[in-house]
Amino acid sequence: MPGSATAGGFLLIFAIALPLAGVLFSLALGGRYAERVALILMPAGVVVAVAIGATVWHTHDVLQYFVGNWDPPLGVAFRADGLSATMMVTAALLICGIGLFARTQLPVPRGVEERAPLVFWTLLLTVWGALNAVFVGGDLFNLYVALELLTFAAVPLVSLDGRAQTLRAAFRYLLFALFGSILYLLGAVVLYGTYGTLDIVLLSGRIRAEPAAWAAISLMTSGLLAKAALYPLHLWLPPAHAGAPAPASAVLSGLVVKAPFFLVVRLWFDVMPGLPEHAAAQVLGALGAAAIIFGSVVALRQVRLKLLIAYSTVAQIGYLFLMFPLAVEPETGHPWSTAAWTGGVLQAVSHAFAKAAMFMAAGLIAEALGHDRIAGLAGVGRVLPITVFAFALGGLSLMGLPPSGGFVAKAMLLTAAVAAGQWWWAVVVLTGGLLAGSYVFLVLARAVTDAIEPLSLAARISPGRQAVVLALALGAVVLGFVPLRPLELLQIGRPDMAIEAPR
Amino acid sequence: MSDAMLYGLCGAVLVGLGLFGLIVHPQPLRKILAFNLIGGGVFLLFGVVARRGAAAGLAGDPVPQALVITGLVVAFAATALAVALQVRLFQETGGRPDGQMDSRP
Repeated sequence: MPGSATAGGFLLIFAIALPLAGVLFSLALGGRYAERVALILMPAGVVVAVAIGATVWHTHDVLQYFVGNWDPPLGVAFRADGLSATMMVTAALLICGIGLFARTQLPVPRGVEERAPLVFWTLLLTVWGALNAVFVGGDLFNLYVALELLTFAAVPLVSLDGRAQTLRAAFRYLLFALFGSILYLLGAVVLYGTYGTLDIVLLSGRIRAEPAAWAAISLMTSGLLAKAALYPLHLWLPPAHAGAPAPASAVLSGLVVKAPFFLVVRLWFDVMPGLPEHAAAQVLGALGAAAIIFGSVVALRQVRLKLLIAYSTVAQIGYLFLMFPLAVEPETGHPWSTAAWTGGVLQAVSHAFAKAAMFMAAGLIAEALGHDRIAGLAGVGRVLPITVFAFALGGLSLMGLPPSGGFVAKAMLLTAAVAAGQWWWAVVVLTGGLLAGSYVFLVLARAVTDAIEPLSLAARISPGRQAVVLALALGAVVLGFVPLRPLELLQIGRPDMAIEAPR
Repeated sequence: MSDAMLYGLCGAVLVGLGLFGLIVHPQPLRKILAFNLIGGGVFLLFGVVARRGAAAGLAGDPVPQALVITGLVVAFAATALAVALQVRLFQETGGRPDGQMDSRP
């Protein structure tokens, strides 16, 4: 049985409704107020996300809410387990940081209504609401709608400046995303046709190892991989993420690609906990490994900073999928399976902070210099010391050097790989770290050398904006002080715990 | 062959045709149409599932029909967004054939 709605379940509705109400208010009040509405809602959203996290932590149970008090399978359930709560807090903090940064990048001019800022602020809130809907969705069709809402908000963010090049990148992104979501929907139909429910908890009790289930899960997984930009379906990501304005790139790279990954985790660990397939998990891991190597090598060869960071996102997404061969095990309870799972989730969170900081740092550098060619970065370390330092801190997390969240995540994946006897993943993690080190140092080495002739700056960058970037990069560093063991919060609501409870 | 089987196969054929079009055709408009073809196939499958009465063996399950309506709205919004992007791109480039994503004028 799915159980009943829990006290505090209404918080989940708030998490989705607050940002979306903000969108409606912005549109109703007009573009001049969009920024103000967003900035007022951001602290409120953080409070809601932290309250959800605290409730899940305190009650040690999944937070549930049934819309209209209708139980599944007829009603729609929202559920937040430890993983959802973690992702929601991450999203709320990042959106806050990005909002503070964007306040000066895309300011709303006084008195006049301009299109780009209005669109940016409403889309930022929509992305936030859609992300929360993905994180708490307990119904596969509801998740499809949330995923589409996320796509529709993310695609226009790419082409905010309206140049032909970014419009083309946005269109390509849209095609990949639509391709992915229609495959996901097809899988959902097959699941509904076979088992008569789309509720995740009910489904996990009914699903059996049979061709229909395999077909559905493969369709949904491949669709989500296209949205998560896992190699070789990453083609849309670099032009889209590199072409967007800096705050938009930070949202897209830090948060938006994590939503489909989150759903793959939901599918593999929550929808079908009883039937893990070793070979399929190895395929996911192999794609992840290919992404790490390919993304890092291509990143090394970029001449533009934002493209380098975008290709590094392709590589870092690969790490997320290394958790599948290590954490999906025929019999649950292996010590390494939990370590790998925690490592994968930590990688998602720390990459979100690190990559958002790096994209915004690149945005500031591009704004100050008027270009973002890596070859022309000499001297920028003197002009924007805080920004370059923040970039370096983010790079620390990508490389997996201590102290950083990336270090803890990669160390856990590494330990799990060695403990599971699948040493080849360990080799990939280490090689990826070396390659990431190379491309980060490539940038830093240029940035800290002195310019031959004095730099002519295109714009002055205020210390406040640099401080926001530094704060996000420090977020990735602080995650490195998380103890090197499976985190309790992330285990709340794991199916292997649920199996022990009487159904 | 039962009705459900026939319609199911039709849905599968639509999905297949759409996938083929989406991958093979370089023209943006054809890609958008191909996506709608896949959508049509998936929605047909929803109808088949409803007719078969998936949930608790009910004859004529209403849930998939409700899902189809939402799905249609989402697919319509997706198409509108895609076309809007293309229109804007056309205005920006003046319809010149530029690059792989654009068709001949």
